[in-house]
Amino acid sequence: MKRKDLLGIQDLDRQEIIDILDTAENLQEISTRPIKKVPTLRGKTVINLFFEASTRTRTSFEIAGKRLSADVVNVTASTSSVSKGETLIDTARTLDAMAADCVVIRHGSSGAPHTIARLTKARVVNAGDGAHEHPTQALLDALTIRQRKGRLDGLKVAIIGDITHSRVARSNAHLLTKLGSHVWLCSPPTLMPVGACDLVTTNREFLHRTHSMEEALSGADVIMMLRVQFERMDESFFPSTREYFRCYGLTRSKVERAQEDAIIMHPGPMNRGVEIATDVADGPYSVILDQVSAGVAVRMAILFLMLGGQS
Amino acid sequence: MTLKLNYQLMNADEVSGTLETLADQIVSSNAGRPVVLLGIQRRGIPMSQRMAKRIAQKTGRAPQMGILDINLYRDDLTRVATQPIVRRTEVPSDIDDKDVILVDDVLYTGRTIGAALRALIDFGRMRTIQLAVFVDRGHRELPIEANYIGKKITTKDNEVVEVRLQEVDAEDAIYVMENS
Amino acid sequence: MDLLVKNGRVLDPQRKLDSPADILDILIRDGKIRSIGKELTADVPQFDAGGFIVAPGFFDIHVHLREPGTEEAETIATGGAAAVAGGYVAVAAMPNTRPSNDGPSITAYIIAEARRSSPALVFPIGAISKEQKGETLAEIGEMVEAGIVAISDDGKPVMDARLFRRALEYAQLFDLPVIQHCEDLNLSKGGVMHEGAFSARLGLKGIPSSAEDTMVSRDLILAEATGGKYHVAHLSTRRAVEMVRKAKAEGAKVTAEVTPHHFTLTDAAVAEYDTNAKMNPPLRSQDDVDAVREGIADGTIDAIASDHAPHHINLKMLEFDRAPFGITGLETAVGLAFTQLQLSLPRLIEMLSLNPQRIMRVTPWGIFEGSDAHLTILDPSRRWKFDVNKSKSKSRNSPFHGWDLSGKAVATIVGGKLVYEDRK
Repeated sequence: MKRKDLLGIQDLDRQEIIDILDTAENLQEISTRPIKKVPTLRGKTVINLFFEASTRTRTSFEIAGKRLSADVVNVTASTSSVSKGETLIDTARTLDAMAADCVVIRHGSSGAPHTIARLTKARVVNAGDGAHEHPTQALLDALTIRQRKGRLDGLKVAIIGDITHSRVARSNAHLLTKLGSHVWLCSPPTLMPVGACDLVTTNREFLHRTHSMEEALSGADVIMMLRVQFERMDESFFPSTREYFRCYGLTRSKVERAQEDAIIMHPGPMNRGVEIATDVADGPYSVILDQVSAGVAVRMAILFLMLGGQS
Repeated sequence: MTLKLNYQLMNADEVSGTLETLADQIVSSNAGRPVVLLGIQRRGIPMSQRMAKRIAQKTGRAPQMGILDINLYRDDLTRVATQPIVRRTEVPSDIDDKDVILVDDVLYTGRTIGAALRALIDFGRMRTIQLAVFVDRGHRELPIEANYIGKKITTKDNEVVEVRLQEVDAEDAIYVMENS
Repeated sequence: MDLLVKNGRVLDPQRKLDSPADILDILIRDGKIRSIGKELTADVPQFDAGGFIVAPGFFDIHVHLREPGTEEAETIATGGAAAVAGGYVAVAAMPNTRPSNDGPSITAYIIAEARRSSPALVFPIGAISKEQKGETLAEIGEMVEAGIVAISDDGKPVMDARLFRRALEYAQLFDLPVIQHCEDLNLSKGGVMHEGAFSARLGLKGIPSSAEDTMVSRDLILAEATGGKYHVAHLSTRRAVEMVRKAKAEGAKVTAEVTPHHFTLTDAAVAEYDTNAKMNPPLRSQDDVDAVREGIADGTIDAIASDHAPHHINLKMLEFDRAPFGITGLETAVGLAFTQLQLSLPRLIEMLSLNPQRIMRVTPWGIFEGSDAHLTILDPSRRWKFDVNKSKSKSRNSPFHGWDLSGKAVATIVGGKLVYEDRK
């Protein structure tokens, strides 16, 4: 990988994205072997620096690193230590002292990985920063879509939920429009960011926004439901979960507006009965479990491309 | 670095003929037992495919096939390229107690085969691992020899042996090039 | 202090001393201007202002000096040093110190400390409400006795309209301007940058223009209803500029200031999560910057004030969300005003010296006999590069490090004393 860090899909060009997906596909096979390990990243140190709790993403990166024989260390940093005076620069210096080759960072503040990346020699992978980006999520979503639909251009993808606070929505919007698919962002008016039309800077005509779930779902090839993040929301974005489910929840009858073979995705964890009905989540077109397996493959690809070459 | 042609080692007929000979040798050495042909990326793959056809003709049974990419196992990975490429690997899951024939185009230092052996360890316990190569050009750096050799030649350090196969290179031929 | 300022091109628009061909000498005795004329001589120290403009001393009416309470970021001494290095003879210090300047004892402390250690004059601004809590009026009269020149709760707005009305009414007793930091805290809650395309892209919570505009609108109505003297701090949006323009046209007693960063930078400056682009009000869109520049050109905006807000370097090295709002500005304001705006010298002097004096409750100074000798010596064409590491401020939070500027104050004279000199 020619760049030092993976901070956002915004920075990648079309070819880089395709190279990552191709590599991920070729590495996926390792997870099907009886001995799920290759020695490629032996002796490399990967640190999972998670300032925000997340079992699934952290575990996914851990498995990915270990399958490539890297030494993976989990560090749960608490943001409260920062308010005691420790700054991001101290964190970065500690990482260099530990001779980390790669740091995977998840943080509650947009831009934190950027700051750390500037201050450390280690290669930084953004595992989610505030509401800004979650690049590996978008990549695994893309891999899942590509494997199910055979392509990533010319699709209609509906992303439905709390767009304002969603880094998954932003990363996917960047990736899918770069590759030539139409992205429909759909949310209640209170959860659509001012400036949503200017979210992407290339292929802008591929990005659409609507408050109507019917419009978003009509003829969609891919339906991506976002988690309603109660812990991130202030009061007054929406009166109640019951009302949210009625207006923006994905039910069987609403799914029928989409293409017959539309796939249903969710970054997880799901709030069953809030943004997605249980029967839809467990139905035949739900690819939520495929996303998990794609996640390990994509993260293996990222670690391999970053650390597997000339040091 | 410029490559110029030194001489042609084989033409198209010789290439086909050699592959058939290799296939026949494999059949007779593995009397009766089913073999698994594992082509090493990249040219080992069309080689093994053609050999498999010949084996099917001769024995009436097509051998199991597989693909092995050794880029994840090179010992000089960190010195290969700044942009590592990983290709497809497909190894049959029921490989225990089988005779596996690694198929590659050129045997040189032996490091590629060394990496392939490291790869195969994690896939199971094969009965035997054998090696079929088109050209053995000498200059071994590891104690590794092939069981089936298409042609053995001596080469100079600054020479490069190029095996060209229809499926990948639009022609069948083997050239020995020189680095000037 | 005695001083003879020779050979300068004297420019005081108020006194009609604005002919650039006029080389005049200024004789200062005991800190006051004794005489102005051609070819003066006297047995006092001389200062050669040949080739430079001599203007009434500049006054920055919006500065945070951080003492008492947060001296690690700035003290009255270091803030004063930064001020004179920027060409300012005087600053007005906002009350959001720790504790707040909401009573005569803090006011007196600030004035005494300034007298002791600051090369620039420091005029304290008193709080509007006790502890700046926005609940009840502070002891404004007592503070006037102690020496405040205006009242404000800056740092924060006065959210309660009824309290703000009372402040506008009460301040008239003392002919004090009431300064408002216009921000509806409910609309801006959690926001860290301007709400727009950039905040959407960067995933940062936005502060909408409406947070500023709704309060400007409310305050203009209250100002008109009460007849009070209302001053808008750090104006930043198009609509706010338009509302002030309209109110002035209707004869209201309204004045407004703008910061140099609001006429220079837009929200695009946040692009790499640079905390030196984080301040309140935030950097706005290009359209807002255009409107602010129009307001400067047509007189809607009266003064340039830096909103110098020093913060210890550790605090600015936090994540964007957590870093405090504010940048320094005393040493770059004049350079930016010259470089960025196409204003005539008289207009610049108006915005940096004359109008600030008019707005605040101070005894005015200028270039006339009997005036306190507070002078700013300017070189409008001096090319220089701002190096934040050489700043006299304790803090380093400036987005202008490394900027090439043209126009600089090359000397500052306070009460006849040369407190800063960089004539090269």
